[in-house]
Amino acid sequence: MSDHPSTLAHHFDDLEQQRAASSLGMWLFLVTEIMFFGGLFCGYTVYRWMYPGAFAASSHELDIWLGAFNTAVLLGSSLTMALGVYSAQMGRRKALIAFLLLTMLLGSVFLGIKYVEYGHKFHEHLVPGAHFEFAGPFEREAQIFFSFYFAMTGMHALHMVIGLGLLTALVVMALRGSFSREYYTPVDMIGLYWHFVDIVWIFLFPLLYLIDRHK
Amino acid sequence: MSEHIVSVRTYIVIFLALLALTFVTTEIAFVDLGPLNIVVALVIALCKAALVVLFFMHVRWSRPIVWLNVLAGLMWLVILLGLILTDFLSRDWIAPPRGF
Repeated sequence: MSDHPSTLAHHFDDLEQQRAASSLGMWLFLVTEIMFFGGLFCGYTVYRWMYPGAFAASSHELDIWLGAFNTAVLLGSSLTMALGVYSAQMGRRKALIAFLLLTMLLGSVFLGIKYVEYGHKFHEHLVPGAHFEFAGPFEREAQIFFSFYFAMTGMHALHMVIGLGLLTALVVMALRGSFSREYYTPVDMIGLYWHFVDIVWIFLFPLLYLIDRHK
Repeated sequence: MSEHIVSVRTYIVIFLALLALTFVTTEIAFVDLGPLNIVVALVIALCKAALVVLFFMHVRWSRPIVWLNVLAGLMWLVILLGLILTDFLSRDWIAPPRGF
């Protein structure tokens, strides 16, 4: 048993097979996540098809530059996450911890900007419900858009918060020296999760912020 | 087949491409392309997603079974959206019979 690494579970032949099994399992989970967000995107598609004018008018209430800046911030956090995985592969513990913290910082900036945007919506009475106000002919239908806006960005933000929790756990594990060049699977898997959440935003940005902006 | 290590240079190039595409999609939203606006926006989003999946998520160097997973996820999403749309997009094509 001396040739059996401590990070290798006994039911795998070698680390390579263990790594392959982990990434397959993670991808399977991400496919269920695609379908989970797919339901929201599907509902969005149907209602945008039914009320194109209301969706365009409501979309113009969103701050396109905050949205674009947030997209850049999130893409940056994906870069630092990828570089974190790279540092783990190279066995550079300090760089790994630095990149994980940087990813968390950028993720927090994203959530901070989202918080400011949500605040504006509350002040402008754009939150669906009894106090919703929307000038023009679309007051009823605009509530549908903003329901999707809050459901989709809210569900995305929840995934970000969970991601920040997972990253915190990774930092603790890295500080304890749990990772090595041979074993860094948790970093790799949570990296996949983080990139997935980034992809959801890549679609949310044009679908929510960029409807008929030329009008 | 050991884990493929992607170079830092590649990551940075992909990141810059993603930023450029974000800029393009934001600017082009202000240009009137008629019904093509949504098409362009979605094509750019798909390109960005493909870059993230292939490079940041390493799928380009992954085993066929991972490819199969990614494509299966996409296929089910297309079924979900596609079948819903066949209903909603075609509702006005045929007028309801008289008396309804």
